[in-house]
Amino acid sequence: MGKDMEKKEALRNIVSFLIFSITLVSAGVVSMPQDCNGSPDGETLLMATTTSTDNTGLLDYLMPAFTDQTGVDIRWISTGTGKALKLGENCDVDVLLVHAPQAEKAFVDKGFGTERREIMYNDFVLIGPAENPAGIRGNKISEALQAIRSSQNIFVSRGDESGTHKMERTLWSSADVPTPEQEPWYRQSGQGMLATIHVAGELKGYTLTDRGTYIKYESSAEGKPALIVLLEGDAMLLNQYSIIPVDPKHCPKVKYQKAEILSNWLAGDEAQRLIGAFKLLGKQLFNPNASR
Amino acid sequence: MDFIQDGFVQAFSLLRNGDAATYSAISTTLRSSGLAMAASLLLGIPLGYLLGYFDFRFKKQIRIIVDTLLSLPTVFIGLVIYALLTRNGPLGQAGLLFSIPGIAIGQMLLSLPIVIALTATAVEAADRNLRLTLMSLGANRRQVAATTLWEVRLGILAAAVTATGRVLTEVGISLMVGGNIKWHTRTITTAIALETSKGEFGMGIALGLVLLLIALTVNISLAGLRRRI
Repeated sequence: MGKDMEKKEALRNIVSFLIFSITLVSAGVVSMPQDCNGSPDGETLLMATTTSTDNTGLLDYLMPAFTDQTGVDIRWISTGTGKALKLGENCDVDVLLVHAPQAEKAFVDKGFGTERREIMYNDFVLIGPAENPAGIRGNKISEALQAIRSSQNIFVSRGDESGTHKMERTLWSSADVPTPEQEPWYRQSGQGMLATIHVAGELKGYTLTDRGTYIKYESSAEGKPALIVLLEGDAMLLNQYSIIPVDPKHCPKVKYQKAEILSNWLAGDEAQRLIGAFKLLGKQLFNPNASR
Repeated sequence: MDFIQDGFVQAFSLLRNGDAATYSAISTTLRSSGLAMAASLLLGIPLGYLLGYFDFRFKKQIRIIVDTLLSLPTVFIGLVIYALLTRNGPLGQAGLLFSIPGIAIGQMLLSLPIVIALTATAVEAADRNLRLTLMSLGANRRQVAATTLWEVRLGILAAAVTATGRVLTEVGISLMVGGNIKWHTRTITTAIALETSKGEFGMGIALGLVLLLIALTVNISLAGLRRRI
């Protein structure tokens, strides 16, 4: 019987220790947000944006000036436009800086965002190996995609519902080519733009990219990029970036006023000038075009 | 292959020159994994002790579940924690998404099964003859329980070392719950993923070496502790 007693007492000790631990841990979790160690709550504006604005270094260049001039602290998460829109819909961010006009309009129409404001643009370019195995010429993107398809040369797609991926699918369908999916030459990387360019470089494939990210790639390749621009200038290849505050009617906790401050600031003279002055390799990455 | 050498050179220059972004990532990594380890040791040691020391119904089944949870994929934990912490989710009010405590909660979920399973194994292994020996030597109940806990200290230490390694090096939870926000929730591992995706392999390797260096420091101090106890 002594053994049973011993076990009961040990059990009691352990259970009380466990209750103590659970109390301590949950107290810790509850008190954590207040000490704002990396917590985005409070005064910080949280933005979801695309990999192209972040990877190029535009935001690291632009946002300190924004915080200086307005006193608003900002943090951002860079991901594909598809996920950025989802984060807005789920009320996890306050504002979006994205580039997929159709999806953005739908986002605003569904009541998730207040107003879509165009900030800047650049263009998409088709890049590929210098040997150009598919023989791409001219500036008609639809002909180029048909040529890639008939040559069966590797084409690397973002495959992640990003703005670039949405644009790429629009281009396939406007070229009257069924959007490839499982074709052996069609590879979906599922990664950000710069990562996808590197994948295409390794595979000697073609890919579609925004010009800003390509210039960033070109500048880090130190004069010997594996991929070069093979097609540019088609009117279809316009790449418009817009800012959308998340609607406080949909997400009551969202920092709408701060989002508006950012939207106004980005459309203002100073930010527009800064965007136009942002260069890598002496080339301009984004063209400001906010309507005043 | 230049970037491997580059990585070694860069790793030292990052640390020596006090590169602010690197130290911010180091601090985020240490804070989230420190919180996660503190919580999972506090909860896991008593739970593991319960599981190893006592006999009760469904003990075997619980053991199988705990062992299965050892294979929890970090991206899956990340997704589940995201679903819980998103503003419209059940715990959305707490505002823990994209924060270090948010990452720590996910990492705690990752390390808890490790601490429980390894503590339980250590207790089970020590239990069999120890209790009889102690009782035959005339020890009372309290002494038996305390001595058992003391005897399994090395097993618990091994559990802590294993779980710390897992937590320090995971990337799925930090990326999905933390959001890889520069200066705030960018850990060493998410920074490596980002640098690699940008094609900055040298920088990625440098950060990997920094992480290994941290793991080395942690293990040297734990080895010191092991010698003393």
